[in-house]
Amino acid sequence: MTAHLQPLMPVLPELILAFGAMLMLMIGVCIVQSERSASIVNAWCVAILVAVAWVLLMYVPAGRTELFGGSFVVDDFARFLKVLTVIGSGGALLLSFNYLNDIKQQKFEYGVLFLLSTLGMMMLISANDLIALYLGLELMSLPLYVVAASNRDSIRSTEAGLKYFVLGALSSGMLLYGASLIYGFTGTVNFAGIAKATSHGATLGLIFGLVFLFVGFCFKISAVPFHMWTPDVYEGSPTPVTAFFAAAPKVAGMAIFVRATVVAFPGITHDWQQIVVFVSIASMVLGAFAAIGQKNIKRLLAYSSIGHMGFALVGLAAGTQEGVQGVLIYMSIYVVMTLGTFACVLSMRRDGMLVENISDLAGLARTQPGMAFFLAMLLFSLAGIPPLAGFFAKFYVFLAAIKAGLYVLAVIGVLASVVGAYYYLTIVKIMYFDEPAKSFQDMPGLLRLVLAITGLINILFFAYPGPLLGAATAAAKSLF
Amino acid sequence: MTWPILSLVTFLPLIGALLIMVMVQGNGPLAKGTARWVAMWTTLVTFAISLVMVVRFDPSTADFQFVEKLPWLGVAAYHMGVDGISLPFVILTTALMPICILASWTSIQKRVKEYMIAFLVLETLMIGTFSALDLVLFYLFFEGGLIPMFLIIGVWGGQRRVYASFKFFLYTLAGSVLMLLAIMAMYWEAGTTDIPALMKHGFPLGMQKWAWLAFFASFAVKMPMWPVHTWLPDAHVEAPTAGSVILAAILLKMGGYGFLRFSIPMFPAASHDFAPLIFTMSVIAIIYTSLVALMQEDVKKLIAYSSVAHMGFVTMGIFAGTTQGIAGGIFQMISHGIVSGALFLCVGVVYDRMHTREIAFYGGLVNRMPVYAAIFMVFTMANVGLPGTSGFVGEFLTLIGTFKNNIAVAFFATFGVILSAGYALWLYRKMVFGTLKPAVAHITDIGWREGVIFAPLVVLTILFGVAPKPVLDMSAASVTQLLDGYNKAVAKLEAPKTAALKTDLPIVIPVSVPQ
Repeated sequence: MTAHLQPLMPVLPELILAFGAMLMLMIGVCIVQSERSASIVNAWCVAILVAVAWVLLMYVPAGRTELFGGSFVVDDFARFLKVLTVIGSGGALLLSFNYLNDIKQQKFEYGVLFLLSTLGMMMLISANDLIALYLGLELMSLPLYVVAASNRDSIRSTEAGLKYFVLGALSSGMLLYGASLIYGFTGTVNFAGIAKATSHGATLGLIFGLVFLFVGFCFKISAVPFHMWTPDVYEGSPTPVTAFFAAAPKVAGMAIFVRATVVAFPGITHDWQQIVVFVSIASMVLGAFAAIGQKNIKRLLAYSSIGHMGFALVGLAAGTQEGVQGVLIYMSIYVVMTLGTFACVLSMRRDGMLVENISDLAGLARTQPGMAFFLAMLLFSLAGIPPLAGFFAKFYVFLAAIKAGLYVLAVIGVLASVVGAYYYLTIVKIMYFDEPAKSFQDMPGLLRLVLAITGLINILFFAYPGPLLGAATAAAKSLF
Repeated sequence: MTWPILSLVTFLPLIGALLIMVMVQGNGPLAKGTARWVAMWTTLVTFAISLVMVVRFDPSTADFQFVEKLPWLGVAAYHMGVDGISLPFVILTTALMPICILASWTSIQKRVKEYMIAFLVLETLMIGTFSALDLVLFYLFFEGGLIPMFLIIGVWGGQRRVYASFKFFLYTLAGSVLMLLAIMAMYWEAGTTDIPALMKHGFPLGMQKWAWLAFFASFAVKMPMWPVHTWLPDAHVEAPTAGSVILAAILLKMGGYGFLRFSIPMFPAASHDFAPLIFTMSVIAIIYTSLVALMQEDVKKLIAYSSVAHMGFVTMGIFAGTTQGIAGGIFQMISHGIVSGALFLCVGVVYDRMHTREIAFYGGLVNRMPVYAAIFMVFTMANVGLPGTSGFVGEFLTLIGTFKNNIAVAFFATFGVILSAGYALWLYRKMVFGTLKPAVAHITDIGWREGVIFAPLVVLTILFGVAPKPVLDMSAASVTQLLDGYNKAVAKLEAPKTAALKTDLPIVIPVSVPQ
C-alpha cells in the first residue's frame, strides 16, 4: 500500500489540502448549525494549513521531482514558495476570526474557500506546463472572487467581488489566448519544451503570446498597467480578505511569473526583460505617487502593494539566479510585513466596527503605544529603512539588478522608494506627532499574536538572516 | 577570550534602551525618574568603557584595532574596528551623550521614556556608523539613525516640527539610496564589501567617478554642503535642545567621516578630479552661509548656518590632499562637535527659561547671568576661531593645508573667518550686552546641573585650543597612511600625462620657435 503511495509523496501537501477542504465542507454542510461551530471549522482549516506547512518542511522529498507527465514539478523553489503561501493564507485566516465575529458572518465556507484557493496557489507554484498553470490559476482565483464578496449584505463587498471577477475573467482570457499562441508557435505546452523551441530566438507570434501571458500574470500580482482593480477590491473586500489578497495570491502569482519566464523563456531573455523592466518601473513609480493622496488605509496599502510588486520585479528583471533569490527574499519579507500591517488595520475598531481612515490613527502612540510601535516599525520597514527587514528585501533585488547592469532601473527604483517613504512617514507622523483621537478598542489576542510575531521578525531579521537567505539561495538555484 | 569591547560600547546603549522599555511602566514621576537615571547610567558606563579603548589604543599604527569579525549576510560580514580617524568620533559620541541626557533632564517632560529610548538607540547607531568596517553594515547604521532622529524632531520638536522632520528624513534618504547602489556596484566589482579590502582594491577610473558621485550625494547632504544644506536650519530650529546638539555635533560629522573613510581612500583619482568642485562648494558655503547667518533673527538658525560654514572648512581641508588639511579637517570636526554642541546647549539654557529663540527678545543678560555670559563667551570665541580655543586650530590647519594646494581657495575661505567673527560677536552683543530688557529682567543664572553640563565642554574647548596634540596624535598614523595611498593614486594618474607631455615636447618646440 505504502509502496503505491510513495510516488505521491511530493504532492502529499496538496492531497491533504484537497481532502481537508472536502472534509471541512462535508462537516460544514452536515453538522454546523451555529456561528460558534462554524468558527471551529475555520479553526480546523487553520490547523490543516499548519499541517500542510509542516509536511512541506518535513516530508516532501528534497530535490526535483516531476509528476503527472511532467506537468507538475516539485523542487526547492516550489517548496519555498508553497511554505510562504501557506503562511500567508494561514496568517490571513487567523486574522479573520475576530472580524467575522464582529460582523456576525462567521461561516464555515469562508475557511473552506481559503483552503481551496490555497490549493490552487500551490498547484500554480508547481505548474510546469501551460495547462497546469491555467488550472492552478483558476482554482486559486474562483474562491477569491467569492470571498471578496463574502460580506454579502454590504454593497461595497459585493461590488468588489463582482469587479474582481469580471476583470479577473478578462485577464484569464488574455492569458489563455497568450498560452494558445505560445502553443501554436512552439508546438508544446511544457515549459522545458518551450525553452527548447525558443532557444534560438522567438517569432513575432510567440512574442505576442508572451505578452498576453504576461498580462495575465501582471493582473494577478497587480502590477501596472493591470493594477486598476487593486484599490477598489482592497477597499471593498472585508479587511481580512484584503489581507489574504495582499499576501498569498501575490506570492503564487509572482512564483509562476518567475518560473514561467525563467524556465520557459531563457532563450529570449532579452525580449521579456524589457517588458519586466517597464512593468517594474511603472509599478514602483505609480505605487509611490498614487499612494500619497490616499485617505483610506486599505487603498493606501493597495497602492503600496502595487509598488512592492514593482520592487520584487526588479529581481526578476535581472533574470539571474541572484535576481530570483532577491524575488524570493522580497516576497517572504513582504508577506510578513503585510500580515503585520493588516493585523494593525484590523485592530482599528471602535464600538465593534472597523474604521479605515488614516486619520483615525491619530495619536496612537499615546493611546496604544505597543501597537503604534510595531506598526511604525512595519511602516519603516515597508519604506525600506535599515536595519528593518524591508531594507534587506530591497537590498537583494537591487543587488541583482546592479549585477545585471540595469542601472537606470535601479536608480529609478531607489528614488521611487524615497517617494514611497513619504507616505509611510505620513502615517508614522499621524500616529506619533498628532494629538490623540478617540482610542480604539483593545486589540484582540489573536491579532496581538500575529502582530507580535511579524513585528519581531521584522525588527530582528538583521540579527539572524541566515535561514531565510540559505533557503532562498537553494530555491533560486533549483530553477537554473 | 577577550571582551569584544567595541561591540560592547556599540550595543550597550541598546541594552539600556531595552531595560527602559521593560522596566519603566506608566507615566508618573517615578517612571520618568527611572527612565532618566537608567539612560544616564547607560551613557556614563558606555563613556567609561570607550575611555578604556582610548587607553588601549595604539596610535603608532594605522591598522584597525579592536577588530571583530563574524559572518553575517553572506554578501556582508559583521566587521567592526576603529582606527585613528574613527576613534575620535566614537569618543565624541560617547562623551556627548551623557551631556545630552543631562541637558534634557528637566526640559523634556512629556513621553520621557520614549525620548530616552530614542536617544539610546541613536547612540548605538552613531557609534556603529563610525566603527563599522563593512559597507553594508555601515549603511545599516548610517541610515538606521534616521528613524530615531525623525521621531526626536517630530515628537519633541517645536512649531514646525513635522515639516522639519520630513525634510530631514527625505533629504538624507534621497542622498543615501544612491550610495547604496554604488555599494552594490562596488560589491560586484571587488567581490566584497569589506572596507579594509576595498581600500586596497583600486577601482577602475570610470567607475570611481560614478561611485564617488553617489557617495558624494549622500555625504554632501549629511554634511551638509551648500546647496543641499537647507534641511539643516529647519531641523536644528525645530529639534529639542539635545537633538540639536546630537545633530550638530555628531550626525553632521558622519558626512566628513564618510569622505575620509570612503571617498578618498577608495576613489582617490576621482577625489582628485572632483576636488575643484568640492573647493567651489566649500568656499560658497563658507561665505554665503556666513552672510546668511548675519541676517538671522533666530538664535538656533544662526548657529545652524554657522555650522554649515564651518563644515565648509572641513570639506575644503579634507580634499586639499595635504596632511595639514586632513588632520585639520578631523580636528575641526571634533572641535565643532564640542563647540556647536555647547552653543546649542547655551541656547537651550535661555530657551528653557523664556521659551523663545528670538534674538531681539534678549538683551543685557550679563546683568542677570554673569556665569552664563562667561561660558557663552568662551564658546562664541571658539566659534569665531580665536587662538587659544579649539576652533582656531582646526580652521588654521585646514587653511594652511589648502593654501599649500590652492591659494585662491584659501584666500576666499579666509573671509569666512572674518565673517564668523561678525555674526558671532553680533549675536553675543545683542543677547548678552546692552541694557537689560524688561522681558528678561527676572531670568536666573545657570544652576548646578547646567554647570555640570558646561564644565567639561569649557575645559575641552580651551584644552584642545592650547594643546591639540592628543587628538592630532591619535589620528596621525591613519592620516599619513590615507595620504600615502591618495598621493600614490594621484601620481599614477598624473604619470601618463607627464609622460605624454615629454614625448610631445620635441614636436611642440620646433613649431613655436620659428617666429
